[in-house]
Amino acid sequence: MDRIPILKMGHFLLVTIQVDLYDRLAMDLESDLIRMVNKTGAKGVLIDISAVSIVDSFMGRIIGNIASMSKLLDAETVVVGMQPAVAITLVELGLDLPGVHTALNVEKGMDLLKGMIVADDVEELEEDDDTALS
Amino acid sequence: MTILPLAKDILKVYKEQDVVLLRNRVKERAVKIKMGLVNQTKLITAASELVRNMLRYGGGGEVVVEVITRGRDNGVRLVFKDQGPGIPDIKKAMADGFSTGRSLGLGLPGTKRLVNEFDLKSEVGKGTTVTIIKWANG
Repeated sequence: MDRIPILKMGHFLLVTIQVDLYDRLAMDLESDLIRMVNKTGAKGVLIDISAVSIVDSFMGRIIGNIASMSKLLDAETVVVGMQPAVAITLVELGLDLPGVHTALNVEKGMDLLKGMIVADDVEELEEDDDTALS
Repeated sequence: MTILPLAKDILKVYKEQDVVLLRNRVKERAVKIKMGLVNQTKLITAASELVRNMLRYGGGGEVVVEVITRGRDNGVRLVFKDQGPGIPDIKKAMADGFSTGRSLGLGLPGTKRLVNEFDLKSEVGKGTTVTIIKWANG
């Protein structure tokens, strides 16, 4: 049985999809990822789809699901490396992946995730200050 | 202008892994007639949507992959044929956001937007046949 590997890098989980997805594989990835987010307490999930040549409505939905589920577990999801042809097709299909953050490549995606987490930390610190003052 | 078939393959799709084979075959044909990358992607995505419908609602079936020509245009024609329960209300099935399954209901109307020609025939209790054409320069 094929499985897509999930790598842990600091506070983030990194997934690079190198094969063409079929439904079972995508669904396994969804459940594996959510389990990993829960187990590791990851703050961010980065999914690299630069090697994926097609994303149809089902896979699009899985990506959306991963983002919403991670959000509930306090982790942000960034999808990186979408091919232009895939983006054109997705929009024409009517799927615009609301709620999913995107970045052009892995490097920018990492920066985006770090930025989001830094912003979170600052908020938490400010909250701590408030409680300290009162 | 008349459409002439040049090459024809018939693939049986009864399990999920067959979908990958179908996608690869469609890609092969599209590349052969020098279809651009965006059109290739649209065609393969459309095929992926239709074949999923066929598996989910029709219990699998047959896909005919053809290279066709019409004057100076070359294209790929795909025919998806199943012996499933059929679609009782085609108009409803073609509306954005309608779904009897658990999907987003983008399948059929979305697929129609991705290809040049789209034809859906269905008979309740007998099955459904969907034919799509994507021209290389379409």
